[in-house]
Amino acid sequence: MAAEQSYYGLGVSPGVAIGTAYLFKQETTAVPERTITAEQVEPEYARFLEALQASREQVMSVRKRVAGEVGEEQAKIFDFQIHIINDKHLAGEVKERLAARLQNVEVVFTESIERYIQLLSDIDDELFRERRTDIRDVRDRILTNLAERRPRGIEELPFASVVVAHDIAPSDAAMMEHGKVLAFATDLGGRTSHTAIMAASLGIPAVVSLHDLSLKVQSGDSVIVDGHRGIVVVNPTEEMLQRYNRELFRIKEFEDELAEIREEPAVTTDGHRVVLSANIELPDEIPNVRAHGAEGVGLYRTEFLYMSRESLPSEDEQYEAYKAILEGLAPDPVIIRTFDLGGDKFVSHLDIPFELNPFLGWRAIRFCLERVDLFKVQLRAILRASVHGNLKLMYPMISSVDEVVSANAILDETKEELLRDNVPFNESFEIGAMIEVPSAAMTADIIAGEVDFFSIGTNDLIQYTLAVERTNDKIAHLYKPCHPGVLRLVKMTIDAAHEHDIWVGMCGEMAADPAVAMLLVGMGIDELSVSAIAVPKIKKVIRSISYAEVVDFARDVIRYNRAERIREMADERLRSVLPELSEHGAS
Amino acid sequence: MSTPKTSKSTQAVREIRIVNELGMHARPASLLAKLAGKYRADIYVRKGADQVNAKSIMGIITLAAGKDTVLQFTASGPDAEKALNAIAELINGKFGEK
Repeated sequence: MAAEQSYYGLGVSPGVAIGTAYLFKQETTAVPERTITAEQVEPEYARFLEALQASREQVMSVRKRVAGEVGEEQAKIFDFQIHIINDKHLAGEVKERLAARLQNVEVVFTESIERYIQLLSDIDDELFRERRTDIRDVRDRILTNLAERRPRGIEELPFASVVVAHDIAPSDAAMMEHGKVLAFATDLGGRTSHTAIMAASLGIPAVVSLHDLSLKVQSGDSVIVDGHRGIVVVNPTEEMLQRYNRELFRIKEFEDELAEIREEPAVTTDGHRVVLSANIELPDEIPNVRAHGAEGVGLYRTEFLYMSRESLPSEDEQYEAYKAILEGLAPDPVIIRTFDLGGDKFVSHLDIPFELNPFLGWRAIRFCLERVDLFKVQLRAILRASVHGNLKLMYPMISSVDEVVSANAILDETKEELLRDNVPFNESFEIGAMIEVPSAAMTADIIAGEVDFFSIGTNDLIQYTLAVERTNDKIAHLYKPCHPGVLRLVKMTIDAAHEHDIWVGMCGEMAADPAVAMLLVGMGIDELSVSAIAVPKIKKVIRSISYAEVVDFARDVIRYNRAERIREMADERLRSVLPELSEHGAS
Repeated sequence: MSTPKTSKSTQAVREIRIVNELGMHARPASLLAKLAGKYRADIYVRKGADQVNAKSIMGIITLAAGKDTVLQFTASGPDAEKALNAIAELINGKFGEK
């Protein structure tokens, strides 16, 4: 029996796995070498274009799978690879080299791409160096397609294994059968590697940057991967195994608890009901919403339809997207937010002039109320889709009641137009205002008279209230969700809503923070909308607390003067009712 | 690379500073290459001694232009000026990053 040996790397995805190592060696796609004649340049290049086309389709299908199973945000990782495949300059370079070198395309393509990999190797910035993994992933895929072999991948692992490798391509990580991979441990990789991001979103423990682990481990070795602490233990002793088995048991127990409550409502121990829904960007994410036990969608960001494309989406295209989501989630509600374009959301074809301060600029509802032509196209598409499910409509960036009144007038006009055209739509659905500008929170009592619900958008509300841009390193520490100023505005909004008998939700990142979610419930929030992956955790929080107690707690805690103190109190409180959450590394 | 055939061909040069936190990483590089690809003009981007085609994502990513890097863009073609305006807007708008 070999001696126990521990290796220290970088934990990039939490959790613990105990299992058998499976040494994954990427098939080094051997590059065949032959010389060609000048007449063979064209056919050789055509072969390359075919391989590009096959590769494009394969990566698109990986992307689609990740969007459906993990989320659109993670799927975007593969856009970089798709763009490499689409790089006309790279293809042109290959063509030129073919003619100049008179060698087969495998050779000249490899030379071209190696040059780029070499350039990136010399760069002193991890974020850029990490992209080599994506480029190699594409290179190997293209070479495999040139060889007309079955697309590589480790979809078919022999057994539930800890995958140990020198490096794992992001598309391999995405295509593995999730149930069969217990953990990843790799020699290369950093925190920002796309593989690390994939592992974390799939909930698979991963340790990277382990130097030469893949040379020290053999398939079949017993291994422990500790994704919290960044440790891999090979051939663990009985004592070590027992220690980790106990930890694994506690984690498993907690995960089982989360899975058990999937179909259960988000209700407190004393029977107070909170609606818990998910934020999405694309129809592909519908299965994800269901799988995590969310009750519909609390924020569907429609601007995604408008971004990264050449022309504006037509009414029919929009209708199809909205229909897919409404139909897919019926009878659960879907809050469609009309587009929040302009400002920082760059849309090249909209002719929005350069602005000095886009966050305070011509965007969202301000843009829509002037570009009524574009706004009406979206409203028509939404109205037409309304017959297919449980629609709720929401306007973004409301700063005064006038904007709601104007937007509703345009909505009424659009309805009349549809009536005139004999196009069916649902007459009665709820209309809400997003509360993300301090003036809207302060006049929530006025706005409440014009809408059926509020949804507090915290990312912008915090930034506007505290005058802090989060991405600015120098002041990022000032971005505090628990700042008394923010909490007072949230409280003001909730109270105004309830005085006017309308419901109020929250759809910002703040709602996905377990301790803050608890505080919000105590403040009286009716709905929380978070990313699908955060739903089980927040549901567990809600089901563990007593409404009467958190109401008292919230009333006391928001009287404190300092954000840090409020935060500490909330964390402490949550720990006392749900200690597993912090142990799970999820807080 | 072909040179533009039109007689109205103009050249435009502009220096643009990268202002987004993470610099021109994978996503911004994709957006830049895609935007540049929409214009007829030949567009090159230079960082120090290195010059690459702005329509090529592989070229752009190897420039490894971090935050505060000043890039020099050169466009030649009928829509050179328009292309550089759009590119400046993209970069100054931090590539739509929050």
